[in-house]
Amino acid sequence: MTTPVTIRIQSADFDIAAEIAALTKGNTDIGAVVSFSGICRGGEGDKAIAAMTLEHYPGMAEAEIGRHVSEAIARWPLTGVTVIHRFGRVVPGDNIVLVLTASVHREAAFQAAEFLMDYLKTNAPFWKSEQRTDDNTVWVDAQTHDDNAAARWKK
Amino acid sequence: MKVLYFAWVRERVGKAEETLEPPASVRTVSDLMQWLVARGEEYASAFASPRTIRAAIDHTHVKPDTAIAGAREIAFFPPMTGG
Repeated sequence: MTTPVTIRIQSADFDIAAEIAALTKGNTDIGAVVSFSGICRGGEGDKAIAAMTLEHYPGMAEAEIGRHVSEAIARWPLTGVTVIHRFGRVVPGDNIVLVLTASVHREAAFQAAEFLMDYLKTNAPFWKSEQRTDDNTVWVDAQTHDDNAAARWKK
Repeated sequence: MKVLYFAWVRERVGKAEETLEPPASVRTVSDLMQWLVARGEEYASAFASPRTIRAAIDHTHVKPDTAIAGAREIAFFPPMTGG
């Protein structure tokens, strides 16, 4: 059976409970759902953030996330995957990204969710800029620890 | 071919996209970056550290030595910071 997959790139917020319900509805093969949500923080070190803007590459964002979801499905026995990534302006406390992975047992769901997030961070074409409370706007730098996190999944 | 720029590469180049027809001597992604640099100061500034810049051909990540022949869309951007 094909694993149900939902991938959405949107400016609107998402409702985590509604997304989990949509993923599990009518599927009694699911024994575990892992949910990861990424949220806009209020500061980076000692710099307070007023808002964040996410730029993305339409078309490639969907394609790249789709490739990683396909790889996750090939590696783990998943019974459903949902990935939602927002673009545009968000403020501290707002949702940015949601990854849901469903499986018969928890281990596959946990691992696949972590795999997807590690790859999303380093490979999905999104770029964050922060509007600091001091009125400076800066592009967020890529983090070496994110590259290392993605590298550990290389076969 | 359509050439797209994102994030600070877009800001430095001063445009989000353009249609360009590089000469046949421009064979790889890396050649294309060098050719762009010669087009003007804004490109020179955007591509000042070419090893930092990532590229995609037709929505797939590619390495600097990838051939550009047959590409419909090439995008240049900084390392990604989504998620």
